[in-house]
Amino acid sequence: MADKLIGTDIAPPDLVAKITGRALYAEDFRPDGMVFAKMLLSPMPHCRVRSVDASRALAMEGVIDILRADEVPQREGPRESCLTDEPHYEGEPVLAIAAVTEEIAAAAIEAIDIDFEPLPFVLDPLETLRPGGPTAYSEGNLFGRAPGAEQGDPATFRDFKWTEADFVEIDGGRMPSNAEAVSEWSKGDIDAAFAGADLIVEEAIVHQSLTHHPMEPRTNMAYWENGKLYAHVSTQSTQRTKFAIAGAVGIDPEDVVMIAEYCGGGFGSKISGSTPMQIPAIFSRKINRPVMLRITRYEENYVGRARPGFQSWVRMGFQSDGKCTGVDLFIVEEGGAYGSGDNGTAGAIADLIYTPENMRFRAVSMYTNTPPKAAQRGPGGAQIVSMLEPLLAKAGHQLGIDRLEMRMINAPGPDVEFGPRGSTLTSVHAKEALEQGAELFDWAGKRELSGRREGSKLSGIGVALSPYTAGSRGRDGLMIIRPDGKLYVHQGIGNLGTHSVVDTALPAAEVLGLNWDQVEIVWGDSSRGMPYSTVQAGSQTTHAHTRANHAAATDAARKIRQIAAQSLGGSPGDYELDNGRVFRRGGGAGLSFAQVAERAIQMGGEYDGHTLPEDIHRETVPAAQILAGEGLMGVAKDNYGGEGSVYTFVAGFAHVEIDSDTGVVDIKEFVGVTDCGTVIHPRSLGAQLYGGCIQGMGMAMTQRWVFDPQYGVGFATRFYTARPPGFLDVPLNMKWAAVGIADPQSPVGAKGIGEPPVGAGAGALTAAIVDALGGTCLCRTPLTPDIILAELEGRESPFGKLDQHVG
Amino acid sequence: MGDAESVGLMEKKYSRRSFIKGVIAVGATASSTGYLLGGPLALGAQSIPGATERLITLNVNGQDRRVDVLPNETLAMTLRYRLNLTGTKLGCDRGECGACTVLIDGVNQYGCSMLTHQVRGRAVTTIEGLENPDTGELSLVQQAVLEEGGFQCAFCAPGFIMSMEAMIKVNPSPTREEAAMALSGNLCRCCDYDKILTCAMRAAELARSV
Repeated sequence: MADKLIGTDIAPPDLVAKITGRALYAEDFRPDGMVFAKMLLSPMPHCRVRSVDASRALAMEGVIDILRADEVPQREGPRESCLTDEPHYEGEPVLAIAAVTEEIAAAAIEAIDIDFEPLPFVLDPLETLRPGGPTAYSEGNLFGRAPGAEQGDPATFRDFKWTEADFVEIDGGRMPSNAEAVSEWSKGDIDAAFAGADLIVEEAIVHQSLTHHPMEPRTNMAYWENGKLYAHVSTQSTQRTKFAIAGAVGIDPEDVVMIAEYCGGGFGSKISGSTPMQIPAIFSRKINRPVMLRITRYEENYVGRARPGFQSWVRMGFQSDGKCTGVDLFIVEEGGAYGSGDNGTAGAIADLIYTPENMRFRAVSMYTNTPPKAAQRGPGGAQIVSMLEPLLAKAGHQLGIDRLEMRMINAPGPDVEFGPRGSTLTSVHAKEALEQGAELFDWAGKRELSGRREGSKLSGIGVALSPYTAGSRGRDGLMIIRPDGKLYVHQGIGNLGTHSVVDTALPAAEVLGLNWDQVEIVWGDSSRGMPYSTVQAGSQTTHAHTRANHAAATDAARKIRQIAAQSLGGSPGDYELDNGRVFRRGGGAGLSFAQVAERAIQMGGEYDGHTLPEDIHRETVPAAQILAGEGLMGVAKDNYGGEGSVYTFVAGFAHVEIDSDTGVVDIKEFVGVTDCGTVIHPRSLGAQLYGGCIQGMGMAMTQRWVFDPQYGVGFATRFYTARPPGFLDVPLNMKWAAVGIADPQSPVGAKGIGEPPVGAGAGALTAAIVDALGGTCLCRTPLTPDIILAELEGRESPFGKLDQHVG
Repeated sequence: MGDAESVGLMEKKYSRRSFIKGVIAVGATASSTGYLLGGPLALGAQSIPGATERLITLNVNGQDRRVDVLPNETLAMTLRYRLNLTGTKLGCDRGECGACTVLIDGVNQYGCSMLTHQVRGRAVTTIEGLENPDTGELSLVQQAVLEEGGFQCAFCAPGFIMSMEAMIKVNPSPTREEAAMALSGNLCRCCDYDKILTCAMRAAELARSV
């Protein structure tokens, strides 16, 4: 491919709208007759509604109606509904009221006489594992097929407990040697690895849970017109959310018009919209008026999802040269009210970054009565990198080996096989990223900072390697060249702030020889036609949709050349495309794309989309039919294929200064270098890299959930009590770079970037803190100043070793 | 945020304490709901008992606008739901994030943390008021952000841009440290701080050159 556009900074076409206030997010729409819904949230972590008397509320002037749990879809087992009469976390929506103003709706909520029966609850997964401990559900604390059940048997609840003997070990600060795991895998011989190790590092580590808190809360608005649902949803993924809401509300997806042009961030919490999006959809059908459900920051804390916390034990064995030979990892995951499964990825990534020949992974994820968990940028991976990289630093201290050298020795190469299934990767340039980062950071020059004390300041440097999945295959591309001569790239992917909705169109422009001002992106409104797309999650989008758009553009280019040959003679292979024209190689006759589009419409058939390829997804067909006859259509499935998983790596380097008088950590400098294949759009890549790394710093330093253990209600429910990084918390001195080696299995060569920077930011920081503390690992995130100060002053930690939800 | 004079003026009439008391007294509906809003007049809305709307004149983006507001209504709510100026975003409802930042007499203030009644007789500027009304030309700050490709999800962008507008007037030659300080009342959850700072520095550069 000619690289006219790829690798250059282009102007995102939505930027003017974003900076003039014209960009409309879900809360910015005002259809005629719109009313406001307000939710009643559960005041307790687990309870049952005994009675509701809404007569006072419904009698209020301006109140329209009430929506109860029995009017919305309910599912069996620990599965979330948008309203429930048995809430399983504080803040779970119980019912909703619609009124002509939000104020009246809120006043009406307060006028509802509701009686709750309090039920037993549990916040800490270790407490529900204890013999006799409480369970999150009245029916049990685990849900799934019972051990020994036949394939096809329904999932059931059971009460899963560890033994007194297990807790003797746990309470004694040791890994429970025989505790039953729900998921488990191993390779090699872990016992032999530790028997032969020169150094064994063993720790209990806690990673606290933290909310996503995207800037835009998950506000949604909906109305019905002519039997169609018009849903304005704050969502990461547009096309996939259309199907999600159709399924949730129980209607044909083609009866949904999904409008989501802008999304104020999601970070994994709005992958296919969110559960509350059902409320305005169902309520507006009931009262036949548009319903706006504005979610406040307070409500967002509860219904807005969180990264699950881990309580873990890890044992790592090393040879004297620094090579890790064995990893024994046990993760207890806090699943929240509706479960989570970050631990599996965490285990695989631990295997990937330390490449031990021997590994044992064990995990349980327990239901608890805390707000629901969801993928949060680098789910599982970010936690484990942040938790284990400090152990590598500690081992380096004990072995007297430079931490960068430790990192290099244990980093994976291209032939790595990892995880329970021995997964392989399409491309691995982790070592190149580490080398490039070390140079940019001047690791060699900064080694003298390690553990240095000047006045009250302790310095440390740290390095982390953070990989994450970054691609998928087999999606569709859909685009059309209209008689105005422009290429319209139809994107089913969402505009969630990553710029991928724009950047993935670049390869299409490149294939067709177009300049950027000859390309229009069509996005954010399903009535305009969207192809089958991936969810905007797991950093798949850039990889998946550069491929899909490459395929569709290649289809368009073939058709353009055929039209040129038919019109001007010669064979299709004689023609080249450039600057919006097709012309005979070596000079001679040509056609503008405007003429080609006219010609395609006259020819019909596959040229203008009246005949579609057989292998495209059934979801693409109705979208292509909307556009048929309007120009020359490029439509294709990504059939490029490939073998192995697609992973991006980020190497993070941090220099910190700890103030021994206050325990405050000042991040002086940070460098992030990524192996994400071909760089499509440098400026948006840099922004993603920094943004993810800084989110990781927040995760490592300040953000966490805190609950009152007696009543099960949250304390850290707002920005100021679980503060995400602000301008004054981040280093002004940051650098980034990309290795820039194309992934060989994609025609474009690009891999995703969203997830892995989070672990790199967090892990470099936690490792640098170990370095500043002379090799002591505090084994907890976030590392708030009180924890660090207690360590520096030789006082007992303010928290128990395995305490979750504290702060 | 804000210069001493402006803050002093405000505090004379509405101390932080009286502001909070007012909101608590009238929005007695608080606990589970956060801050509330009065809806569009077009809906024929009646407010809750005890809260009486009053017709006042506001100067917004250079125009006098007549609008009914509740005593406890915040400026951000009036702008968004009475005047349909939805560029001002609500990120937190209570002075934690800066997404609702607007200019009051040229000083950046949180729209969610001021009562609309406080800004009578003062000039309110929102993101919609930055472009040249005659030519549609973007403000220098907006031009700088466009050049540098600022912001990711951009939900925080209007608030940041208003803070940059205030910054270049107070300090047109900031260092990066000073610019970070000037913008530290605004939060970006995408954490695009580096690029935002570059936009701010470019905005100051453009401001110096005119």
